[in-house]
Amino acid sequence: MAITVNRKPLSFWEKLYLPAIAGGLKVTIKHAYGSLFQGKVVTMEYPEQRWTLPKNYRGAPYLVKDQDGSTKCVSCQLCEFVCPPKAIRITPPGQDGQAADRANAEKMPKEFEINMLRCIYCGMCQEVCPEEAIFLQNDWSHIAHNREEMIYNKEKLLALGGTHGGIQKWKHKLEEAEAQESFPVKV
Amino acid sequence: MDWNFIIFSLVKIAVVVGVVQGMVAYSVLAERKISAWIQDRVGPNRAAPPFMKYIPVLGPFLTRLGIFQPLADGLKFMFKEDFTPAGVRQIYFWLAPAIAVVPAMLTVAVIPFGSQIGNQHMVIADLNIGILYTFGIVSLGVYGIVLAGYAANSKYPFFGGIRSSAQMISYEISMGMSIIPVLLIVGNLNLSQIINWQSTHGWLVMYAPISFVIFMVASFAETNRTPFDLPEAETELVGGYHTEYSSMKFALFFLAEYSNMVASSAMMVTLFFGGWSLPFFGLDHVAGPGSLGLGIAHILIFVAKLLFFMVLFIWVRWMFPRFRYDQLMDLGWRRFLPLALVNILITAVWLYLRS
Repeated sequence: MAITVNRKPLSFWEKLYLPAIAGGLKVTIKHAYGSLFQGKVVTMEYPEQRWTLPKNYRGAPYLVKDQDGSTKCVSCQLCEFVCPPKAIRITPPGQDGQAADRANAEKMPKEFEINMLRCIYCGMCQEVCPEEAIFLQNDWSHIAHNREEMIYNKEKLLALGGTHGGIQKWKHKLEEAEAQESFPVKV
Repeated sequence: MDWNFIIFSLVKIAVVVGVVQGMVAYSVLAERKISAWIQDRVGPNRAAPPFMKYIPVLGPFLTRLGIFQPLADGLKFMFKEDFTPAGVRQIYFWLAPAIAVVPAMLTVAVIPFGSQIGNQHMVIADLNIGILYTFGIVSLGVYGIVLAGYAANSKYPFFGGIRSSAQMISYEISMGMSIIPVLLIVGNLNLSQIINWQSTHGWLVMYAPISFVIFMVASFAETNRTPFDLPEAETELVGGYHTEYSSMKFALFFLAEYSNMVASSAMMVTLFFGGWSLPFFGLDHVAGPGSLGLGIAHILIFVAKLLFFMVLFIWVRWMFPRFRYDQLMDLGWRRFLPLALVNILITAVWLYLRS
């Protein structure tokens, strides 16, 4: 069924369109004046001005160090496994590889690479990490001259990630183990 | 052969073509800047040659104003790949941009852009049939667009070409009709004479305001500017007649559009707003051979009036939505054409009663 929309017939001045045109000119010139002389622009001049991001913003994932400045990652490769776009690649140390920074931690990755071109900032790596070693942080703009530069290695990720104390699991385990050495147990 | 005439004509042609091209380049910038201001944006404010940052205050100011953007745009157009799609009709595809530009540039030839410097009249060709010449040339402008639409062998340019031919032919009629009262009042087709008449009797916009309104709207339609930009309607037809064009060929269409804007602004100034004359400060009479300053002042007045209309062209673009096709035809044929005819009649009766 066709619906008839009742339209109000236009008055003489409305039919002439000229008052409407004058009104349009007025509106546009008001905006032009505002943005020219009063600085009322709605845009942001991007590289110089940036958004203030909320605390819980989830940008690029970076590796973090513990309070002693040691690598928290233990190369379990869970994040590599869970990563939907396969952006993470971990090279484990192997049997005779370098030992972990921290005493008592089993191992740390020989190399940890995140391809920032592939990363989708989903946060699965952060969620799956048993060591709280990787966090999505406040960084969302990556600039590079080529694709190779967009693959961030362990060193770079740690430098960008900063420190995150967290649960200090291995420190407590070490203390426990040390306490076990002397009998009776003192903890 | 009058060598003096040839040399001075060549100089005038070179200067006028150069100035018009420069105006086109900077009206693109003005378009971008003014549209940005109207939409509460900033507009192009980055492009600058490397040494600009060493000039203390002026350098950053000019950069923020985007003064160097046209140079960057021009360079970009030059170095872009000139892509010819498969299946286009090669000859017409190459011919169309040139055919679009040439009439746009030719129209400027008869415009008196100043009174006199020394013994030279500031007009390239002081034709006795100036207005007829302009209308003849302007009506050629449609061929470039139609040919572009036809040659591209693609549906969107084709629609654009068809729309443009219908639109431009319709509005040319109203445009031509709207001029007739002016010719009746002045009794001369020579544009210089029309300006001389206005400098003694007052601007023609006061005698024929309806003519001016029709002429202005029709010239918006002729130059394919919003609200009459159906031939290129980005939202409907991708890019209209120049969809398949790239690089310098595309730039030529841009050049044609903006040259047309310059030309029709110049026509409006000449026909209705007294050309180079101002009705006060003694600026209304032709500068004699001795008064160089007055001659230059006249040119500046003309350019100032021209720029006003260029800004109006750009300004209006951000006010109106595009016409629907049937509304466009309705406005052209059923509103403006009868109105123009009535206007002719009224003017003729008024002139008869007055004589």
